[in-house]
Amino acid sequence: MSSTDGTAPPDRPTDRSTGPKLDLGPVGHLGDRLFAGLARGSGGLVVAIVAFVGIFLLALAIPALADNNSSFLFSRIWEPGGETPRFGIAALFYTTLVSSIIAMVIAVPIAVGVALFTTYYSPKRLAAPVSHAIDLLAAVPSIIYGLWAIIFFAPILRPVIDGLSSALGWLPLFEKPATDNLGVVFTASVVLAIMILPVVTAISREIFAQTPITHREGALALGATRWEMIRMAVLPYGRSGVVSASMLGLGRALGETVAVLIILSVPNGNDPWDSSIFAGGETFASKIANNAAEFDSPEKTGAYIAAGLVLFVVTFLVNSAARLIVARSGPGNRRPRRNRRAGTNPAQTEGAAT
Amino acid sequence: MAKRIEVSGLNVYYGDFKAVEDVSMTIEPRSVTAFIGPSGCGKSTYLRTLNRMHEVIPGARVEGKVMLDQQDLYASGIDPVAVRRVVGMVFQRPNPFPTMSIFDNVASGLKLNGVKDKKKLTEVVEASLKGANLWNEVKDRLEKPGSGLSGGQQQRLCIARAIAVEPEVILMDEPCSALDPISTLAIEDLIEKLKDKFTVVIVTHNMQQAARVSDQTAFFNLAATGKPGRLIEMGPTKQIFSNPNEKATEDYITGRFG
Repeated sequence: MSSTDGTAPPDRPTDRSTGPKLDLGPVGHLGDRLFAGLARGSGGLVVAIVAFVGIFLLALAIPALADNNSSFLFSRIWEPGGETPRFGIAALFYTTLVSSIIAMVIAVPIAVGVALFTTYYSPKRLAAPVSHAIDLLAAVPSIIYGLWAIIFFAPILRPVIDGLSSALGWLPLFEKPATDNLGVVFTASVVLAIMILPVVTAISREIFAQTPITHREGALALGATRWEMIRMAVLPYGRSGVVSASMLGLGRALGETVAVLIILSVPNGNDPWDSSIFAGGETFASKIANNAAEFDSPEKTGAYIAAGLVLFVVTFLVNSAARLIVARSGPGNRRPRRNRRAGTNPAQTEGAAT
Repeated sequence: MAKRIEVSGLNVYYGDFKAVEDVSMTIEPRSVTAFIGPSGCGKSTYLRTLNRMHEVIPGARVEGKVMLDQQDLYASGIDPVAVRRVVGMVFQRPNPFPTMSIFDNVASGLKLNGVKDKKKLTEVVEASLKGANLWNEVKDRLEKPGSGLSGGQQQRLCIARAIAVEPEVILMDEPCSALDPISTLAIEDLIEKLKDKFTVVIVTHNMQQAARVSDQTAFFNLAATGKPGRLIEMGPTKQIFSNPNEKATEDYITGRFG
C-alpha cells in the first residue's frame, strides 16, 4: 500500500479524476535532510564544547583545591605550588569586580547620552558619523588600548586621581596609597569603560530608535518638550534594554585581559595590596595571563585554573542575568503578568472588548 | 475655555510634495467639526497642522495662517510645545504610556506643566476620568498600568489625559477606527459631552459617525493620486449629508465615489 506520510508517490491512480493527472510525487527533500543534519550537528557541537570547557576546568581545579591550605574564597594570599600550597581569590575577585563596576558606572551614562543624541537630537548627517566612530572603538584591539593607556592616558588621568582622592580620600575605596604609580585600578576602569562603550551604545541606540511613534507622539501632543518626551516615552521603553546592555558590557569588562594586564601594576613587597582604586592590583584574567609561564606543575596550574573557573562562573551569571532581564521584560511591556491580570479584572464593563 | 480656529490659505508640504492645498475654514468654539474624505486626501495631515504635530515628521512644513482667537500659531516666537498644551490631540490607536499607571497617565500632562501638589493632581485626575466617562470603570485600580485596559477604555484614558490639561481645542484623528462598535459608541457619547467645554475636531472614515456626532462637516478630496488634497466644501452636517452643494460630496456620501 501507499505510505501514509504523503511523501511517497501514490501507487494507485484514482479513477474519479477527470482532468490530466497531477504530478504529486516526491519533490526532492535532499536539501532539507542535509541542512537539518548540519543544523543539528552544529547545535550539538556548541553544547559539547561548553561542556568540555567546564569539565576541563573542574577536572584540573579540583585536585589543586583539595591540596589548598588556605580558604580559596576568602584568602588574599597567592602561593600555589611548593610544599604547602596556599591560595585564595579574595583580592582577585575584589579587583575584578570593582574595576568592572566602575567601568560600567562610567560607560553607561555616556552610552545612553550618545545613543539619545544619535537617535533624537543630532541632525541626520551627524548621527551616522558619530555612530560609526563609536562602533570603531570596538574595532581597536585591546593590546592597543593597553599601550595607549599606560603610555599616554595614565599620566593625563593623574590630576583626576589626585583630585578624587583628596576629595573622597576618607573612603577606603578612594584612599591615596603611599606610592605613586600609574598602573592603578581606576585607570584600568576608565579604559574598560571606553572598551565597553560601543556595545552598550549600540544596543541602547537600537532600543531607543524602536520606541513606537505612537508613544512619542502621545507625549509630544501633551505639550512635552523633546527631553520630556524622552523621559516619558523613550526611557521607560528602553529601560530593560539599557539594563541588559550594561550587563553585557559588565560581562565583557570582567573578562578583559590584555589591556588590564598591561595597565595594572602588580602588588609586591614595596607596594602591597590595597583596597583603594588608586592602587595597583590584579584581576582574574590579568593574574592568569601574567603567570602563564609558571604553569609547570599540575598543582600550580590547578590553582590558576580554579581562579579561571570562578571568572567563568561570574561571567556566566552576569550574562544569564542580562538575558533574564531581557526575557522577563521585553521592550514596552514591562509588567506583562500584572497587565494580564488587570485585563481580566471583573471590574471591566466593556463586554465587547473581551 | 474653547476657542475659534480660523484657517486661511493653508498649504502643507512634505519636502517638495504638496499634500494639502489652499484650505480656508472657520471652526466654531464649543462645537464638533468632522473632517471626512477618502484615504490620502490630507485630512489627517491638515488636522495635525492645527497643533503643529506635523512638525514631528521630517520635511513637513506649512504655508498660510492658523489663527486661534486672533493668535497666529505659526507666527515667529510661537513655541510648538506651548501650542500643543492648548490644542490637545487623541490618536487613531490608543497610546497610553505603557509603563505608567492609570493615574500617572492622566496626571502626566499636569506634571509637565509643573503641578506637583498631590491633592490637586488627585482632584484633576478624578474630574478628567469622570469627564471621559471612565471613572466608574477604573476608580478601584488607578495604580494599575493603563496598558491593561481594553482598547476602548484605553482610548477614553487618552481622552482623559488630553482634557486633564484643560486645552482649548481637542483634535481627534480617527479615534474609533481601532475600536469595536460598543467602544465606539462610548467614545461618541463622550464627544457629545466634550463639546460643552471644548472645541472638538474629529477626522473620521465613518460617515455615520460624522453624521451622528458633528455639527459641521468638511469634505476633503483629491483630484488624483499624487495631487494635493483640497477642501471641497464645508457646512452644517445636516446640509452636507442631505443636500450638498458639490457633486463630489454627494458622490462620496452616497457611496458612488470614484
